[in-house]
Amino acid sequence: MAGSVAALGGARADGVVTVSETRPRAMVSLKGDLGADALRQSVKSATGIDVPPALEGAEAGEAGVLWMAPDELLLLGPRDEAGRIVAELESALAGSHFLAADISDARSVFRLEAEDGAIRDVLSKLTPADLSPDAFPVGRFRRTRIAQIAGALWMREPQVAEVFVFRSMAQYAFDLLSNAAEPGGKVGHF
Amino acid sequence: MSSRRIDGGRLIDREKPLRFTFNGKNMKGFEGDTLASALLANRQILVGRSFKYHRPRGIVTSGPEEPNALMGVGTKRRFEPNVRATTAELFDGMVAESQNHWPSLEFDVGAVNNHLSKFFPAGFYYKTFIHPRPFWKHVFEPVIRQAAGLGKAPRARDADTYEHFNISVDVLVTGGGIAGLAAALAAGRAGAEVLLLEQAAHWGGRAPVDLAAGPALADPVMIGGQGVEDWIEASLAELQSLPNVHLRARTTHIGAYDHGYNIAVERLSDHAPGSDGPRQRFWRIRASRIVTATGALERPISFVGNDLPGVMLASAMRDYVVNYGVSPGRRTVVVTTNDDGYRTAFGLRDAGMDVPLILDARSTITGALPLAAREAGFKVAPGKGIGSVSGKGRVEKLTVASVDGTGAVLDEIPCDAVAIAGGWSPAVHLWSQAGGKLDWDEAAAMFLPDPDRPPLGADGAANLIAAGAADGALLTHEALASGWEAGAAAADALGQSAPETRPEASASEEAPTTSIWLMPRGAGADKRAKAWLDFQNDVKVSDVELASQEGYLSVEHAKRYTTLGMATDQGKLSNINGLAVLAEASGRAIPEVGTTTFRPPYTPVTMGAIAGEARGKLFQPLRRTPIHGWHEALGAHFEPVGQWRRPYAFPAPGEDLHDAVNREITTTRHKVGLVDASTLGKILVKGPDAGKFLDMVYTGRISTLKPGRCRYGLMCNEGGYLMDDGVVARIDETTFLCHTTSGGADHVHGHLEEWLQTEWWDWQVHTANVTEAYGQIGVAGPEARTLLETLGGMDLSEEALPFMGWVDCVLGGFKVRVYRISFSGELSFEVAVAAGEALALWERLMDAGAAFGAAPYGTEALHVMRAEKGFIMIGDETDGTVIPQDLGLDWAISKKKDDYIGKRGQERMHMTDPDRWRLVGLETTEGGVLAHGALALDEGKTPNGQRATQGRVTSTYYSPILKRGVALGLVRDGPERMGEILTFSNRDGPEIAAKIVPPGVLDGEAS
Repeated sequence: MAGSVAALGGARADGVVTVSETRPRAMVSLKGDLGADALRQSVKSATGIDVPPALEGAEAGEAGVLWMAPDELLLLGPRDEAGRIVAELESALAGSHFLAADISDARSVFRLEAEDGAIRDVLSKLTPADLSPDAFPVGRFRRTRIAQIAGALWMREPQVAEVFVFRSMAQYAFDLLSNAAEPGGKVGHF
Repeated sequence: MSSRRIDGGRLIDREKPLRFTFNGKNMKGFEGDTLASALLANRQILVGRSFKYHRPRGIVTSGPEEPNALMGVGTKRRFEPNVRATTAELFDGMVAESQNHWPSLEFDVGAVNNHLSKFFPAGFYYKTFIHPRPFWKHVFEPVIRQAAGLGKAPRARDADTYEHFNISVDVLVTGGGIAGLAAALAAGRAGAEVLLLEQAAHWGGRAPVDLAAGPALADPVMIGGQGVEDWIEASLAELQSLPNVHLRARTTHIGAYDHGYNIAVERLSDHAPGSDGPRQRFWRIRASRIVTATGALERPISFVGNDLPGVMLASAMRDYVVNYGVSPGRRTVVVTTNDDGYRTAFGLRDAGMDVPLILDARSTITGALPLAAREAGFKVAPGKGIGSVSGKGRVEKLTVASVDGTGAVLDEIPCDAVAIAGGWSPAVHLWSQAGGKLDWDEAAAMFLPDPDRPPLGADGAANLIAAGAADGALLTHEALASGWEAGAAAADALGQSAPETRPEASASEEAPTTSIWLMPRGAGADKRAKAWLDFQNDVKVSDVELASQEGYLSVEHAKRYTTLGMATDQGKLSNINGLAVLAEASGRAIPEVGTTTFRPPYTPVTMGAIAGEARGKLFQPLRRTPIHGWHEALGAHFEPVGQWRRPYAFPAPGEDLHDAVNREITTTRHKVGLVDASTLGKILVKGPDAGKFLDMVYTGRISTLKPGRCRYGLMCNEGGYLMDDGVVARIDETTFLCHTTSGGADHVHGHLEEWLQTEWWDWQVHTANVTEAYGQIGVAGPEARTLLETLGGMDLSEEALPFMGWVDCVLGGFKVRVYRISFSGELSFEVAVAAGEALALWERLMDAGAAFGAAPYGTEALHVMRAEKGFIMIGDETDGTVIPQDLGLDWAISKKKDDYIGKRGQERMHMTDPDRWRLVGLETTEGGVLAHGALALDEGKTPNGQRATQGRVTSTYYSPILKRGVALGLVRDGPERMGEILTFSNRDGPEIAAKIVPPGVLDGEAS
């Protein structure tokens, strides 16, 4: 197998924040009853991570669990583990009503690194979401609009945010982010 | 004549001289000047020509309400028309030019309109240009368009960048005067997240000027024991130190909408062109509470000649003196309806200018300021006003008249400037935009926000509070208290309380104002026709009266009939005076007439700011497949399909598009072609009820499909109209994968979710749009199987993978799912692979295909091949009015199902009408190609007098295989009329005859 490559081959731009396309990782969409013990157990055993509360992402090493919707999670891991995660979920949840799909290559992810205020400034140019530290603390994961496209934002750690967009929009999203981060564009609000 | 004083000017830095040009003349100013103050300093009184009569006009105001001093500023890629000189900050090298004149500002041919003005009353155009009808389009309109219009549109691409900025705050405070500062302090000290906006480059609003321009008082107005300027500075310092308070100068709050949504525009480098970063920032602010401390706008007074250069608002005049050290005239008469106007008299005289007379429209004088003025030796004339102002191109003299008379001349005063203080109108624009109502306060002669009918937020509570002069609190101590209370109330509503101790200002008092809408009140018709209301649109008192007389009693109608308030200043100066005149003319009270609707934006906004980053490559998102870069490198010609760009064709060197398409078709029909089908929508539908659900969503029966098999399905909307089509593959007992059209994935997914969430919420079905997870490659043609076999790893035989089957396998080391489906009629496989590996697989197939003469093909070849087979295409054969039955697709509609989405719609009488236009093939009798959209002509005319038609072409191409045109069309009763010859319209040439034939001219399934 050739192995998956990132849409933009790991593009990077340096401005008031550093924007870099991350390497492909496993992304498994899981839809089902997030309150059900069986589902929560299966997530825990497939990723080692508890199902996070609404609007949050949880991570441990390369594994992660992101809350996407009241009935939907996105499970993260190393790219070559997508098949294993799906298989484990399918066997653990067999007979119940759920959907698990390997959609690892459906999205592109951009990592934003800078001091906290600059990240919030730059993203606030593109999304109507409230990115104040109270509304968007570390650990928060939310879906929103990014300029003209759908996307999701994850305040992954202090001074690091990740932006998830659909793969076909990777170039547009990268151009947007690097444009918003251009020197001279610091808002200084946050 | 205006000029720069030797000293003074609190906002200018005389150490920093700037050069600029006006209409090519070199001029000098200082840092801190506005373009208007610099023009006055350079004795430039005449700044433009009016819109309709081309009358000479001068600067009237010192702020955003300016109607006259509109300039073209900048050159080439930084040219901007209609810049208000009164708010444009001067910078070194500024190039400004006046507008609306030809050939020059001083000598303007259009000014002939002025002498004809009695022939151009309100409604002139409406009345005059009605007959003869064709003249409007061909004669009148072109001539008027030539003459009309304010400013020139920029021709070059904008050199600057713009951006948006979205934030949410607890309290948005608009206005950096003392009321706004106090509101921000109250809310900020309470702990609320506050954003304070000020439209100007400096803070403090009017108070510093107004207090500086008044008489020297033994007991000056103080705030908390400090002078007002000191208090402003200390307050700013405190606000800047509060981490929860954000301040933005040069930022105009232009729109207040529902739900606490606001728009403001920050001017980052208008005053320093070429700086790094964006020129303007478009703020989208979501605020829980809003305090509008937007101040008030002074009103002019209507009298004969009130539009002559040299006539200026009294407040603006003292702004120029105090802020910029500029004297607007050497000898100024002040005319006022209130005490405040006296401040200008003091300000002018303190700066060394002559004020020969103060005309006070009130008959008795009781206020402290007027009394102080008398005491200081000013000549005050109570009950007197201006009879007329006259001069050649500028103020030279005025006549004094009794305000209640008809204009009999009592005195004549030579002067070069007139300061008008006609009373203050609170800037209620944002309050009103957001839905707040107004009350007319007769005593104060102003519309005030009605606290009982405020703009409401989502919780039903007031979410916008007017404060300071914007709420009628004109005096310093009132404005301060009003601002503090508004800020405290805003914070309190959010559960945060402001501290008890608040700033207090020493109290002052002013005597009641009077209102006067025409001066003198008894002026006759000839005078009313020379008394201006709207300077920018040239609307006079007589125009509004004429509108009233002709029955335009609604203020909205009168506005549109006269164009009062419809210029770029949106009537900031003229609306109140105009509606008061309308009230008087129609014998009604002012509140009965009411105001016109206040709409955003408060001040004009550049298109660049609205567009933000959305220009050039960011104009709109383009979706790219994983193989897009390869197509680009090969020089593919792209076409838009939804937001995708798909290769239309891959022209080889020396080929035109037509050649390329023909070659691609021939290659695919005779050898093997590859197509990037990654854009096809792919939606997983899973659950115990998935089959039942898809039986409702598709017209056919999906639930009986066996795992491993595919079925073609049609999706309709409730009306029965065909919405989307595609192949459904059953993955396992509970899982289906639904393919959609390229442009349809998101819409179809939304359609499925809507039905699941709103109608069948108790059905156990999950859906997931997995379109982007896969690249999909179509391999079609007689050599398709052989090509795939060379990659190795899977059995592609008829037995292992029959038509309409699919299989998961490893192909040449790639984990793939292969579907045996065909859109071209050829032996065809669609290979789905992880998107991140799609390019590698594509390249591998191209390499391996070289031995077979394989070539990539684009969407045009795809379209031709499917049309050759008679397959329909969503968007060609369908247009939202076509049902599957029209397309002969009855075979794909289950007769056994009780229901499906669209079934009832398709049973409507019109849908079952045998005369509906239905799908047929069309074969030109001479072998030519029918035009796209060509109509099949019928005998006679429609009831509208148009040529009757009986069908239309929906797809038409040249077939390189048949070497003639192939077409599909919808024809009345078509399938029953095989062999009939129809005549088709042709865009440019003669009509074309075509025979009705069955759709699909190439033989059936190849294998």
